[in-house]
Amino acid sequence: MKNLYLIAYLDLKESMRAKWFLVYSLVFGGLIALFFIAGVTESQVMGFSGLSRLLLMYIQITIVILPIFILITTVRSISGDRDNHILEYMLSFAISLRQYYWGKIIGRFVTVYMPVFLAMVIAIVYGWAIGAAIPWGIFFLYTGLLFSLSSAFLGIAFFISSFVKSSEVALGVAFFIWIFLLAFIDIALISLMMQNRFSEELIITLALLNPMEIFRIAAISLFDPELTVMGPVAFTILDTMSQMKFVLLSIGYPIVLGLAFAYAGFSIFKKKDLV
Amino acid sequence: MIKVNNLTKKFGQNISLNNVSCEFKKNDYIALMGANGAGKTTLIRSILGYYHPDEGNVLIDGLDPIKQRVEVLTNISFVPQLPPPIKLSIEELMNYVSISSGIDKDLIKHYSNEMKLDINANMNKSFFKLSGGMKQKLLIAISLAKKSGIIIYDEPTANLDPKARDDFYRLLKQNEEDKVLLFVTHRLEEVEELVNRQIYMDLGTITSDERVS
Repeated sequence: MKNLYLIAYLDLKESMRAKWFLVYSLVFGGLIALFFIAGVTESQVMGFSGLSRLLLMYIQITIVILPIFILITTVRSISGDRDNHILEYMLSFAISLRQYYWGKIIGRFVTVYMPVFLAMVIAIVYGWAIGAAIPWGIFFLYTGLLFSLSSAFLGIAFFISSFVKSSEVALGVAFFIWIFLLAFIDIALISLMMQNRFSEELIITLALLNPMEIFRIAAISLFDPELTVMGPVAFTILDTMSQMKFVLLSIGYPIVLGLAFAYAGFSIFKKKDLV
Repeated sequence: MIKVNNLTKKFGQNISLNNVSCEFKKNDYIALMGANGAGKTTLIRSILGYYHPDEGNVLIDGLDPIKQRVEVLTNISFVPQLPPPIKLSIEELMNYVSISSGIDKDLIKHYSNEMKLDINANMNKSFFKLSGGMKQKLLIAISLAKKSGIIIYDEPTANLDPKARDDFYRLLKQNEEDKVLLFVTHRLEEVEELVNRQIYMDLGTITSDERVS
């Protein structure tokens, strides 16, 4: 275990010194600062106001930029070390591949989750200081959702990193996956729905397999428990399960997905040539 | 200590090692030579357990370096040809090797001093930012402090000035007893006094393996 934590700790320290981490932290911290400066907490749209409105905006932006940030910064974690011969040297010491791989994942998870979480904490603390009502329910839901979304994309990124030989290819694959999950899968499913070739339930299920989609829906479900903004799709989701079950699914499923990808990545990592 | 049995390693269509067999025992000090692409690096990477062989196997003290990598690597020191751009500070790197492999940090400092590297003045400096020679000296100091039975050096003196090379060979001479010392080198004259065995490789095979006094 000491080696696992050693790898995690060193990866965390190395990441925190990197320029990408500075940019990453500034983006999420800056978003919150910008919302306060722009007076988002004073505005009211569709009945949402104060900190709730701020957190809603934060989460809407996070859904787009968090996955790509995680993918592009993490996907080179192992493939980059392989590229520049760091892996060759570091793995010449008595470290098991299991400790190295999972240690890297733990270290990187803390690195990517900490800034998005702290940005929300800053929003809550600042909101409390200015006397705004604290929406604890939303805060805890978003904390859980961000945790699970980070897990999913970290797992996917390590999966890619384990089999791709060069970091340039890893970046290309990561970008494709992000744009595919963000937009193309929706376009494809909408066109299938319009053609009426498959049942709506099947298409909605396929859409919900996308961790970004389930995150998106869960994020609005606290404001809009009936999911009225989604139209008829809401009937299919809420007829199948209660709102609470859906929220639990939207937190649990991406974590399981991330772990599955991370484990698949580990299986590849230990079976392939290391350098 | 090291037994390579009918080892074949292919990368796509290219055969990097072709049915290579050899054995290295205690007090074998070997210069491994050959042209670029001869298979020298593939052989040492196979010994380190980095490559999965297509055929044959490698055994280190009877252990498989892939399946029992932790036990095997506890007893191997390795210095690559070019120091990798590790972003950790020297202190962090020393913690890494000390916690993972039980290397005594004071011993690293001792060998660094012997190599004329003032490590205390650079503890918080990133390894990446040291000069090529300083990096190589530190890696050599770590390899000696590890007190392994097997020491593998892939062109270790590439970045060293003549004085540092002399220090390096002097330290090796003091530490070679009861060990396997494997040098990958293009300059036999530099290690001639240290080695007692010369192996030449070409196109993935061992073309000559002779003992020298």
